Amino acid sequence: MLAAGPRGQPVPGGLMPPGARRRGRPPAALLLIAPSIVFMAALFLWPLVAGVTQAFTGPGGPTTAYVRRMADDPYFWDATRNTALLIVVLIPLQFALALAMALLLRQRPRFAGLHFYIWVVPLAISDLAAGLVWLSVFTDRGYLNSVLDHLGAGPYAWLSFENPSTMFLAVVVAELWRATSMVFVIVVAGLQNVPRDYDEAAAVFGATYRQRVRHVLLPQLRPSLQVALILRTILALEAFAVAQALTGRNFPLLVGETYQWYYQLQNPNVATAIALVVLALSIVAAVGYLRLMRGQPGMHG
Amino acid sequence: MSRRGGLLVQLGCIAVTLFMGVPLYLIALAALSSRESLNRFPLPLLPTSLSGETMSTFLRSTGIVGGLINSVTVGLGTVALSLAVGLPAGYALARYAFRGRDPYQLALLLTRALPIVVLSVPLARIFLDTGLYDTSYGVTLLHTALALPTTILITSAIFLGVSREQEEAAMIFGASPLRAFVRVVLPQALPGIAASAMFTFVLSWNEVLGASILTLNRRTLPAQVLATLADSPLAFRFAGGLALVLPALVFIAVVRRYLLNMWGTTLR
Amino acid sequence: MTHRSGPISRRALLAGIAAAPVLGACGGVSTTGSGGGAGSITLMSNQFSPVEEKQRFERILQERVTGEKVAFNQVETGIFASTLQTQADAGKVRISVAGALHGDLAPHASRLTDLDDVLASLSDRGFAEELTGLAKLGGSTTKYIPWMQASYVLAVHKKALQWLPPGADVQRLTYDQLLTWTTAARQANGGKPVFGIPAGVKGLYHRFFQGFLLPSFTGGQITTFRGPDAVTAWEYMKQLWAQTARASTTYDNLQEPLQRGEVLIGFDHVARLVGAPAGRPDDWLMVPAPSGPKGLGYMLVLAGLAIPAGAPEPAKAKNVIRALTTPEAQIDVLRQNAFFPVTNAAVPGDLPGAVALAEAAVKAQREAPGAILSLPPVGLGARDGEVGQIFKNCFKEICLDGRPVRQVLDAQARELDRILGELRIPCWRPDPAGNPCRVA
Repeated sequence: MLAAGPRGQPVPGGLMPPGARRRGRPPAALLLIAPSIVFMAALFLWPLVAGVTQAFTGPGGPTTAYVRRMADDPYFWDATRNTALLIVVLIPLQFALALAMALLLRQRPRFAGLHFYIWVVPLAISDLAAGLVWLSVFTDRGYLNSVLDHLGAGPYAWLSFENPSTMFLAVVVAELWRATSMVFVIVVAGLQNVPRDYDEAAAVFGATYRQRVRHVLLPQLRPSLQVALILRTILALEAFAVAQALTGRNFPLLVGETYQWYYQLQNPNVATAIALVVLALSIVAAVGYLRLMRGQPGMHG
Repeated sequence: MSRRGGLLVQLGCIAVTLFMGVPLYLIALAALSSRESLNRFPLPLLPTSLSGETMSTFLRSTGIVGGLINSVTVGLGTVALSLAVGLPAGYALARYAFRGRDPYQLALLLTRALPIVVLSVPLARIFLDTGLYDTSYGVTLLHTALALPTTILITSAIFLGVSREQEEAAMIFGASPLRAFVRVVLPQALPGIAASAMFTFVLSWNEVLGASILTLNRRTLPAQVLATLADSPLAFRFAGGLALVLPALVFIAVVRRYLLNMWGTTLR
Repeated sequence: MTHRSGPISRRALLAGIAAAPVLGACGGVSTTGSGGGAGSITLMSNQFSPVEEKQRFERILQERVTGEKVAFNQVETGIFASTLQTQADAGKVRISVAGALHGDLAPHASRLTDLDDVLASLSDRGFAEELTGLAKLGGSTTKYIPWMQASYVLAVHKKALQWLPPGADVQRLTYDQLLTWTTAARQANGGKPVFGIPAGVKGLYHRFFQGFLLPSFTGGQITTFRGPDAVTAWEYMKQLWAQTARASTTYDNLQEPLQRGEVLIGFDHVARLVGAPAGRPDDWLMVPAPSGPKGLGYMLVLAGLAIPAGAPEPAKAKNVIRALTTPEAQIDVLRQNAFFPVTNAAVPGDLPGAVALAEAAVKAQREAPGAILSLPPVGLGARDGEVGQIFKNCFKEICLDGRPVRQVLDAQARELDRILGELRIPCWRPDPAGNPCRVA
């Protein structure tokens, strides 16, 4: 499979190589990606086609009735707004935290191995279990209110629909806990490839820590960050189990609505219509990121 | 680095560890508490009323051992298959500029944007027709499809960082491309590969919905118990949550070494 | 961990990964305890999902279904529907028996075998005519055999009785008394509500509106959906909600908040209540739902056993159904999992405390003067969930969002009427059997 060998031209870095490309040897590249294309086509294409057909075909031929039904549902627009809000707030926080964690670890603190292990553990926890964990914290008679009680403060209804801001806060904290590890691991894996000499050389020439992060580390991390960003956004669009465990349907999210329509309401047509909205949002986000990053020159040689 | 900076780093690490660790402590505490103590308020924050009762009831359920075997099989199978299919593609993305490269990556990513339920139901139909329904192969295929985008993109980002010169040097000295890849590129890319293997295994381990739709009598562990747990009393849900986390912890403990091996022996 | 140990365990890891496909060579290991091999019967059900209930039912299957080897396959409702549908439509059915609620089986009427012969062979069981009528799913042949039934009642911790308004009998509450009671209790409890309803994502609170509140106030469910009585009912609900625990919107069942003491009075499905008094039945009461101006509206929950068309081992499947309707099996299910017999099986006097409480409440509710029985809808098929959702939407918009009742009912009535207009089916009880069923 690898016989074609790496004789093609190097790509100067990033998902989208800037500037003119020199043509590689397409057959080699094609040979390497062919299995994945075949695989994904076999497992995704048919469901996708079936899905699109389902969203726009009723018993009496093509119809937009399902799309209208979706738009008329009182939960749909709430869900769209919440999904967008969650992503806009969560993703920057998550990346800031993951970067900070990776940089902390790069300072070789004491017990680094232990810290690292605990930081990646949430990776192993399913969203259902994560929802449970944080439910036990935030619920009315949960651990957080128990701590408040020990401190002499009264309990607070964190997850009540009457307190939408703490409800949102709880979802953000839980998602931050659950999914930051993933970004962290990608960043750490990427940091492995940044030679310490660069960093140390910059330090010798008097660069401050902040300057070194900004001008040495971050540019080197760009490919990893780009992958993490797109992937994380798409996965964040997919996540709903935590929000559902914490808030029921008080904080509806789009994918949660898909499941709601599919299972509770047994209307796969509307469910697929919502799924296509999620897909469209993902496309917009992914293309947006790629455009944004293409604007900056790559730093790889 | 100054002493003050060092202290700040230590404090920062401890703060993050607390944020990540305390919820883990709480679920372990809840899983091992007696049912009666979970109904009290305020909840005890220290392990004062430990009881293995809920945990043992949970572990006695039918199919726990079978589910465990299936989950491990499917998880490792998914890691193997997604690496076999994904590594070459990741390498191609990192090393070649070819037409359709960008749409290919985008398409890969977007497959993850489809909710699993929308995928699984038509797949169940196909698997019924092809005899893959209710086998661990079928679930492995679905999980590989879910994991492939991560595998390909993470490994390609890692391959990008591996020095091309060394690889070319190896070939100049007579190594075949495959040998150069195995001897020069692979060791350097190991952290990334470990990261993606970690994602893959954990994804497969935790995926419930597709597995429940594609199997009937040969469930994976989460599909066997997690759905059941959703309607069970809270105490059992905690017990089940903890029981599902433990094996994944072992896996991460094994794989994290490869992620860190570039930092040599300083990390313990 | 040193650098040197790396390659060795790396090899071990690779070996492990390579071995995985070999391990899975048989396509997986059975997880239902029967091997799933030839001759064994797969019973798929969305009932008995709590882990202990499931374990107890598995034991009942072992003890009472002696002739056949049954693999009990407990799944979520959504998985139940999609599995049944996919297998039937692909023509490769792997399930021999499907056990679920009337409403879960109804969408699949065309995918189920006719069971008239089985029903005829079970004449000694004494099924109520009402139930066997429902089991036709709107057609002319029997599509499932009644399996077990249940209803919804109120569970009351005796501590709450101190706030009961004078003159009120807790066994014969009216909705007004319930409101006065919950209001007084809340005030006495430091402003914290003591009443809860299961309004979580998986909660069954729509049944409260469909089968209890609305029939009690309006005498109907669908035809009277937007009439003046319905406005009164929802105005009442708004007041009751003001005295209801806010956390209700996260309750999927009431037994846990009751057990934790978060609430003291709760309305829910009997099987989702019995856990609360299980430990100390003497501290608890279970009482019939309140009655309103038109009577005591209550809803029947019915579960049935069906055989999908093209199922493997249909003869054995029928034996399993016969075995599960014997008096012994019926009473075992009542005793252990609190679902009531559908046959004439005599209820023994030595039921566990919590089940005895539930049994008495359900009986009192059924026999109350002015009882208005609501049946599960017939003929809604796959739209059953959507119709239920309309009642949930009313609750959300009226009680949670505080929108005007009249406006919400008119908007939701249009939605309901649109669905009914597409289906053209007769009304079901308590609405008069007009054809086709529409919102007046």
